Amino acid sequence: MTDARSVAEARAQGRATRAGHHTRVGRWRRTVDVTLAAVVFVALWKLLVVVGGYPVFILPAPEIVAGRFVSAWTDGTLEPHAAQTLLEVALGFTVGASLALVAGYALARSRLMERVLSPYLVAAQATPILALAPLLALWFGSGLLSKVVICALIVFFPVAVATMVGLRSVDRRLVEMARSFRATRWQLLWTLELPAALPGIMGGMRVGVTLAVVGAIIGEWAGGERGLGVLINLARGSLFDIPLLFATLLTIALLGIALYLLVVLVERRIVGVRG
Amino acid sequence: MALIGPNGCGKSTLLRLVAGLLRPEAGVVELDGVPVSGPDPRVGFVFQEPRLLPWRDAAGNVAYPLELAGWSRPRREDQVRDLLSLVGLREFAGARPHELSGGMRQRVSIARALALGPSVLLLDEPFSALDSLTRERFNSELVNLWDRTATTILLVTHSISEAIFLADRVVVLSPRPGRVVAEVPVELDRIERESNIDMLALGRTAARIRRHLAGATDDPSPAELSAELSRRERARQIPIEELGVPAWFDPFGPEDRS
Repeated sequence: MTDARSVAEARAQGRATRAGHHTRVGRWRRTVDVTLAAVVFVALWKLLVVVGGYPVFILPAPEIVAGRFVSAWTDGTLEPHAAQTLLEVALGFTVGASLALVAGYALARSRLMERVLSPYLVAAQATPILALAPLLALWFGSGLLSKVVICALIVFFPVAVATMVGLRSVDRRLVEMARSFRATRWQLLWTLELPAALPGIMGGMRVGVTLAVVGAIIGEWAGGERGLGVLINLARGSLFDIPLLFATLLTIALLGIALYLLVVLVERRIVGVRG
Repeated sequence: MALIGPNGCGKSTLLRLVAGLLRPEAGVVELDGVPVSGPDPRVGFVFQEPRLLPWRDAAGNVAYPLELAGWSRPRREDQVRDLLSLVGLREFAGARPHELSGGMRQRVSIARALALGPSVLLLDEPFSALDSLTRERFNSELVNLWDRTATTILLVTHSISEAIFLADRVVVLSPRPGRVVAEVPVELDRIERESNIDMLALGRTAARIRRHLAGATDDPSPAELSAELSRRERARQIPIEELGVPAWFDPFGPEDRS
């Protein structure tokens, strides 16, 4: 069985290279790279402050921002705002992505749907969400609902397009194979088209989740009582606490990174290894 | 039974008609007197390429038709185990397609085609992507399979020797329009074929098939060639969809082709 042996070897090799990414040395190395880059970034920031001699209300030094970040979290300034924004993002992303999956399927299936709906979709996407936000705040109030709508709207387009592209690009030969085993329309979707389109759909979700954070902040700017966007306005305006402004920006960035990584993690989980 | 003929004579189309994947424009395909309408459970199809689902392991791929047919999990597991042993891949049940060699992938696809116990197994040049050594071994394995499963096998091939080795009857097709030119029986028993004892009879059968194939070349006539070229020209303008990139709101794109 030369066949069997060569495959066993190939598998062993595959396992070795895949394991390589996860060995302690590899992981340590990656941690060092990331940390080093962060250190360089902070050092350049500090250098800029020192050399430029900027006052705190223009560009606070990194240690001041770090201090304010910690104090704002410990004294409970940031937490309720961050929780509010996270809630808006989570709800908006869930609603937007769910609707987008359905719409993407319809667009992939029906030429008529695509022809009729795509101009509106593209137009909605091309109109800056910043310009739409005040209108949506007027319609849906300054509470949670308007933010969820904005998030959903901004998430919708990338996920819908990714779903449509993913479903359309399913290998026709696999579809023929499934048909030869008498797969029904529904079985075809669940057992073949969706799994095949999943990597693309998850790509759309990665884009979508970061945009959802943007949507939430913009929604809060257009009117609201709580949220990181509101806090930015407060810190710049009535509080005039620029280190707090930077600490809020840092929180937003970290929130975006965390959500993005979460999507990537889910993606790894459900897409898995493919050859 | 083997179908042999040059490219473009409709061998693959014929198989798809038998499998119910295509509907005949005229006439009826019958299996044991019952007409085929739509994809048929009595038929198992082995494609030219393995066409495995890359996100499923070998066992999962073999189980796929069983899942579609609504078999319960324990029944599925039993059947999959039997099928994988039949094609000699029991130890590779958990391997993903990309971890298997080309030959092993094709074996998984044969096991999958046999999953629902079809009475006819259709093979569309199933070994054409394999190297000639693997191919030879596959041919004798296929004969074994045929012995053990009592399935009628209809095989499309380009190779005369393969056709003689495997088939009891060889049907020769002509190109454009595809017609059955001849049906040549292979009057050699299994043992003779394997040991190549009767070279004379072997050669005679090959010569008969070759004679029927004579003139039936692959080369299109000038008219066909220009038709083909203009078809390709047209095809070049549209095919975004086939490449997987959708014509997303493209007002300058071509009109419907659906």
